[in-house]
Amino acid sequence: MSKFKNKKKGDLPAISTASLPDIVFMLLFFFMVATVMRDNTLMVKNELPNADQVEKLSKDRTTFIYAGKPSEGFKSKYGELPRIQINDAFVGIESVQLAVTEARNALREELQDKFVVALKVDKETNAGLVSDIKQELRKINALKLMYVTTVRNPNE
Amino acid sequence: MAKRSAPEVNAGSMADIAFLLLIFFLVTTTIEKDKGILRSLPPIEPPDEENVVIKQKNLFVVLLNRNDQLLVEDELMQLKDLRKATIEFLDNGGDVDGEGNPCDYCQGKRDPSSSDHPDKAIISLQHDRETTYGKYIEVQNELVAAYNFLRNREAKRLYGSSYPEVDDVYFAMLAEKEKNQFKRDEQLEERIAKIKTMYPMKLSEAEPK
Repeated sequence: MSKFKNKKKGDLPAISTASLPDIVFMLLFFFMVATVMRDNTLMVKNELPNADQVEKLSKDRTTFIYAGKPSEGFKSKYGELPRIQINDAFVGIESVQLAVTEARNALREELQDKFVVALKVDKETNAGLVSDIKQELRKINALKLMYVTTVRNPNE
Repeated sequence: MAKRSAPEVNAGSMADIAFLLLIFFLVTTTIEKDKGILRSLPPIEPPDEENVVIKQKNLFVVLLNRNDQLLVEDELMQLKDLRKATIEFLDNGGDVDGEGNPCDYCQGKRDPSSSDHPDKAIISLQHDRETTYGKYIEVQNELVAAYNFLRNREAKRLYGSSYPEVDDVYFAMLAEKEKNQFKRDEQLEERIAKIKTMYPMKLSEAEPK
């Protein structure tokens, strides 16, 4: 009898943690690869409006236009009035055409006719500025437009 | 000289270092997915084109003034009532479409003084230069919601049997199309196109005054 008992007795063997670093490294590499650093530094206040009838945005065919009041650090230089930001700089309304055309031409050819302009506009901005941008976009035939919003639950 | 073997580096703290890095990246990662209201702008028309005459009853005028007040068909309206009013207008079906077919799927009141057919019904959204953008988007949202409601309703009526467990059949169809974007599904695309032609989105945005 004791022959068998002996085998069952004894502490549980400690779980080997030798592979822990490997697991952690795997996760680490995943997050390092998945992390996208912001490509544009926001220079305007950007509190997006709220909507529930939203669709997803495909990033590969999109260029962003930001608009809103200049944020704190830029107030002294650029004043309080809402401005347009494309890439990393404030631009006037007359530069929108050029910047958007450039962005469209940089796309792969098969995506160029699916080109979408995403507007990230602060909700306090005057709608007049937005319609100015829209007029410019119509002139260069960039007709697909997305008003980027935050998403709320439609049942509320 | 005595031969000394190099002492082995203790790798026990490797996990700690890796954890530290991992936590840093976990915290800084924002996997953001932008969402928003997708709209198409009207192309600029050649100037010599004649103005098309649109009957007043087929036009649903939504005005948004500089104080963010809403004037719908010459009546002040609250934002929460806009969706219902829009649905009533679009779904009225009082007369026939351009080809003389009555709207046999409309469930509206068939009021002869409101829109003839969803195909003819046009929503005109006008805003002031000083309207706030947030309010403007809220109104856009309600108008798009009205179209989506009607499209969902028709999709459920026609194709609901293929999607027994969902309420918003039109959305489910769009989601399915998105999922199978590398595998064209002729039937699905045909169905989506059909729903879209039943309630075509005719939302005109006039330039602000």
